[in-house]
Amino acid sequence: MLRLILLISAALAALAVAILLGVAIGETRLSPSVVWQVLANQLAGAQYPVDPIDQGIVWNYRLARALVAASCGAGLAISGVILQSLLRNALAEPYLLGISAGASTGAVLVSVAGLGAGAISMTTGAFFGAVCAFALVALLAHAAGSGGLRNSAQIVLAGIAGSQLFNALTSLIITKSGSAEQARGIMFWMLGNLSGVRWSDTLLTTCIAVAGMAVCLWHARALDAFTFGSESAAALGVAVRRVQLVLLLVAALITAVMVSIVGAIGFVGLVIPHAARFMVGVRHRRLIPASALIGAVFLIAADVISRTLIPGQVLPIGVITALVGAPVFAGILLKGRGGRA
Amino acid sequence: MSAPAALQARDLGWATRGLRATSIVERVSLEVRPGEMLGLIGPNGSGKSTVLRLLSGILVPTQGEVLLDGQALRALPRRALARQLAFVSQMADTQDAIDVWDAVELGRTPWLSALQPLSAEDGRIVRAALAAVGLEHKQRSAWSTLSGGERQRVHIARALAQQPGVLLLDEPTNHLDIHQQLSLMQLVRALPITKVVALHDLNQALACDRLAVMCAGRLVAQGIPREILTPALLHDVFRVQAAELVDPQDGALVLRFKPLDSSFP
Repeated sequence: MLRLILLISAALAALAVAILLGVAIGETRLSPSVVWQVLANQLAGAQYPVDPIDQGIVWNYRLARALVAASCGAGLAISGVILQSLLRNALAEPYLLGISAGASTGAVLVSVAGLGAGAISMTTGAFFGAVCAFALVALLAHAAGSGGLRNSAQIVLAGIAGSQLFNALTSLIITKSGSAEQARGIMFWMLGNLSGVRWSDTLLTTCIAVAGMAVCLWHARALDAFTFGSESAAALGVAVRRVQLVLLLVAALITAVMVSIVGAIGFVGLVIPHAARFMVGVRHRRLIPASALIGAVFLIAADVISRTLIPGQVLPIGVITALVGAPVFAGILLKGRGGRA
Repeated sequence: MSAPAALQARDLGWATRGLRATSIVERVSLEVRPGEMLGLIGPNGSGKSTVLRLLSGILVPTQGEVLLDGQALRALPRRALARQLAFVSQMADTQDAIDVWDAVELGRTPWLSALQPLSAEDGRIVRAALAAVGLEHKQRSAWSTLSGGERQRVHIARALAQQPGVLLLDEPTNHLDIHQQLSLMQLVRALPITKVVALHDLNQALACDRLAVMCAGRLVAQGIPREILTPALLHDVFRVQAAELVDPQDGALVLRFKPLDSSFP
């Protein structure tokens, strides 16, 4: 029990340090003491004299942004863990499976094409888009045979088909209904973009990431039971259909929320679970929290890099994650070549 | 009346659903007696694996029912079922970097609630299961380093960690070399629980207490191996000519097979 408390404290401390660094580093470099004073002023009602511009940068701009980055990283990593465990496929990930593309289409249908006439939110649209895309890709992979979603080749091909289709639909909707200004903004958003996030976004992404992690941890033992496939999970007394339905919907929901706020950030769900497995092993009791933590720190770091790599410009964060993720993807493909790929 | 059946199939049937619905198994009724080892044999595609999955509850019969200790399988919750009956499928594999101990520990799943940690008692059960298959010395070995025979032993140990009364095994000796085949069958035979084993090798089947013979989705014979493995049955079901030989060393019966038609000289 003591060990558990120590581990949780260490994890939260690491996360806090990452967030502080994420807030301190940027085009205007702020000293940790300024960051500390702003936080003290805002959270504890302290009265440190801080430059109002610094105060605005820290509180409204960078802190909200770092928290969204952390919760998105954690959430996408957890989605990756769920998909990889349930589909028994090392390449399963919301972006590669086209779930993110579907969520983009759903979000754009609501925000640009005006579907639902304001009655449904962008996040709801993204959720239905994500579920539709996943269903389509799963059906396609299943119809193609040879193990369906468990087969790496099928999953990648069906994912490409799904992503391309939904990305094309998104472009079509934007071109047809959006203004040129809107179109530019949305193209930037589609590559993953943390600019302009607000505190209300922070609340939503944090709640979803924490709730998603809680549901997953509750099912950690069931996820372990899938180690030797769904038939063996059933033989171990796991309600296979129910667990699959609940967890796949959780993965779709997390992806949808994150996409509707920051756009489709790729490869986080692929890279992070593999890194976490390397560090803490394959048992989900440890894998899920480790993935969430590493994902959070990774996306904060990616955000800092995207803001500072080219002075005066902000790169889409999806560019950074793809630069890290694509080589890892290739590595997994090559590693699987010898075995039952 | 003999003792009640540990596992019983009543008029079992299973058909694929959809437009091209095909019946795979029809009207199978059989009884497994407490403590015995029942061999399920039949040519490829005769429905052995399907019957085994129906008995395990993984497949739900489209007709008839399965009774476990007189209780309908359908009425048992999955977890309760997994505490009484374990199923080892054919060569289940994983790419996860899991070790032997963790793989066997999965067998405790039906006994633990979502957040309950493993107790010392669970550890003792896992250790006993590993000892029963002779893998205590390999408990920290990685799954990927194990031989086919060792992997099958790990699967059996995991099933034993479920502490079941009935163990179902689907062709456990498939793809194993002859030494591993023999030692695995010896191990299975010695387990002090009720066993149902789908088998390919008829000479291995001779070691079972009783046999059930499947052919084209139906059960065609059930009984003691020496009584039912007649030349006529081997001819009709397996389409081979069989000669019974006796090992001069220990008097054991051995079957030798020849093809019915020698179209390849």
